[in-house]
Amino acid sequence: MQGYIYPNEFELQWGLLIVLYPYITGLVAGAFILASLERVFNVREVQPTYRLALLTALAFLLVAPLPLQAHLGHPERSYEIFMTPNKRSAMAMFGFVYAWYLTVVLLLEIWFDYRRDFVRWARESRGIRRWLYYGLTLGATDVSPRAVAFDESAGRWITVIGIPSAFLLHGYVGFIFGSIKANPWWSSVLMPVVFLFSAMVSGIALVLFLYMLTTMFRWRKIDMTCLEKLAQFLFYALVVDFSLEALDFIHRLYEAEESIQILAQMVENRLFLSLIVLQLLFGTLIPLGLLAVFSPGLRKGGFVRASAELKQLVFLTSAVLIQIGIFSIRWNVVIGGQLFSKSLRGLTVYKAQLLGIEGIGVTLALLALPFVILWVLVKIMPPWSDEPAETGSNAPEQPATA
Amino acid sequence: MSDAGMDRRAFVGDLVAACLAAGGPVLLGVVRMAEAQGTDPGAYDASEHYYGIGIDVAKCIGCARCVAACKIENDVPLEPTYFNTWIERYVLRTNGDVEVESPNGGLDGFPPIRREGEVLRTFFVPKLCNHCANPPCVQVCPVGATFITRDGVVLVDDSYCIGCRYCIQACPYGARYMHPEKHVADKCTFCYHRLVKGLVPACVEVCPTNARVFGEVEKRVTPLARFLRFNDIQVLKPNLNTQPKAYYANLDGEVR
Repeated sequence: MQGYIYPNEFELQWGLLIVLYPYITGLVAGAFILASLERVFNVREVQPTYRLALLTALAFLLVAPLPLQAHLGHPERSYEIFMTPNKRSAMAMFGFVYAWYLTVVLLLEIWFDYRRDFVRWARESRGIRRWLYYGLTLGATDVSPRAVAFDESAGRWITVIGIPSAFLLHGYVGFIFGSIKANPWWSSVLMPVVFLFSAMVSGIALVLFLYMLTTMFRWRKIDMTCLEKLAQFLFYALVVDFSLEALDFIHRLYEAEESIQILAQMVENRLFLSLIVLQLLFGTLIPLGLLAVFSPGLRKGGFVRASAELKQLVFLTSAVLIQIGIFSIRWNVVIGGQLFSKSLRGLTVYKAQLLGIEGIGVTLALLALPFVILWVLVKIMPPWSDEPAETGSNAPEQPATA
Repeated sequence: MSDAGMDRRAFVGDLVAACLAAGGPVLLGVVRMAEAQGTDPGAYDASEHYYGIGIDVAKCIGCARCVAACKIENDVPLEPTYFNTWIERYVLRTNGDVEVESPNGGLDGFPPIRREGEVLRTFFVPKLCNHCANPPCVQVCPVGATFITRDGVVLVDDSYCIGCRYCIQACPYGARYMHPEKHVADKCTFCYHRLVKGLVPACVEVCPTNARVFGEVEKRVTPLARFLRFNDIQVLKPNLNTQPKAYYANLDGEVR
């Protein structure tokens, strides 16, 4: 502790679990927006990641409310958010935004996309799997061209609704923080927009990472056209995200409100590692440089002629660095917003516990859980589209057109 | 008790008659106060009141009797990180430096000013929930567990609060905390259990210098109305438009 903080501020209210919440919802929104690229904007190159992105979004969305639930003082009363929501509360809308996104957008879109396969798998398999797939068809086993065409068009419309919904989901999470006028570190109209673009960055990076990993573990060849397109979009999203963060930063500095001194102290002391080193240097500048040089973002084929293997390594490294960076962003927002006193006269510290419900152990478990769910989902509903052509298409020099 | 209540009611009736006869509007105000403080809890009518508190910084001697009384009256956890009200000591230096402290909310007294340098001014500032008319804590509560009563007091329903702590984040004054045993948000209630009995909050009752003046904001002839009329009044963080009902007299600009 340093300077003066109000006596009630000694205890930090939101810890690691609440850092996790915007991180996870960001991945959901980002993965979904990536999926919609193929569906709505006809970016054919990223087609191999379409289903993987949807399942990833679902796996993470299922976990998203868990850190919130675990963090409540009275988790058994959480249903009251649905029963008697305070209409003026940003947080009260969580249940509805979440339910809308889960049921209307994700589950429906996945169901329409997979229905034909459910029918096929039900016919091909035996025993319990057969019943599982029949159950998943919800009794709609018509796979006539007309029915399939309907699936296709329904899926497209749901995606069209899904894009603003994904924006809503994560922009809304940003609003939860950005609308707190008592907290000068949070209170910013840019917060929902920054959250949104950082969500896209993290979602694309995650799907890129998962696509490479799953393809390697299935001993398939990575589709370089797809990978480069992903890297290209990742680069663009990162550029916008970085510009917005920079705008926010410059705006704060230039306005230099009452809070500027304590916030500057906080960034220099308490947040140096997580903001300057992890978020800015490792999470943004290095990946930005790597992607600028190696991805087709600025120049077709990148600025450096590199082998497919090197590019894969570079993109994978960038994706991992970006994940670290985005997690740091969430940390810096949530924890940073509580490290200075609202008296603007002092700084406090946050000590993460190892054990306990708010501890590092639970956080790691909650971070691992979506991957377990994704593994189960992938086992039940394989998202791969490259089964027939084992070799895959490996054409790194192919012109990329959006 | 009921006899006393009857007596008081009879007395009030007499006063009303006397006032009407005398036609004294000033006395009428006194009668309303007397009515408001009827001892029968069933007779309490929240719509008759609108409470606020006045704090005269110049009168506070930093004894923290108020902090002790509050902790006892409201079963506030005794640890030094939970306070419904606390006292801050400001030390203003001639070179412009400002030092603020509130060791254990002021409960154990304040240590001598040790640091070198010339002191320009020192003063104590009692802090508590501002019972804002436009409270951000009430706005953000997802389930409506924290609310404003008709008489203008911001309360938490501890049987309903889900413990999400959003209200604690939204309060600009650091007036809320998470109760370590009840696992719900907690704060100053203006001693609502005392108000409905016609008593003033415990902190006001024990203040030896009358630095705290509790009462009706909107009525004309009340101690608080007098306080508001005869002092230059400021509120904390007015730029946030929370419309606090903790009114400070003789407040220094350094106080946040």
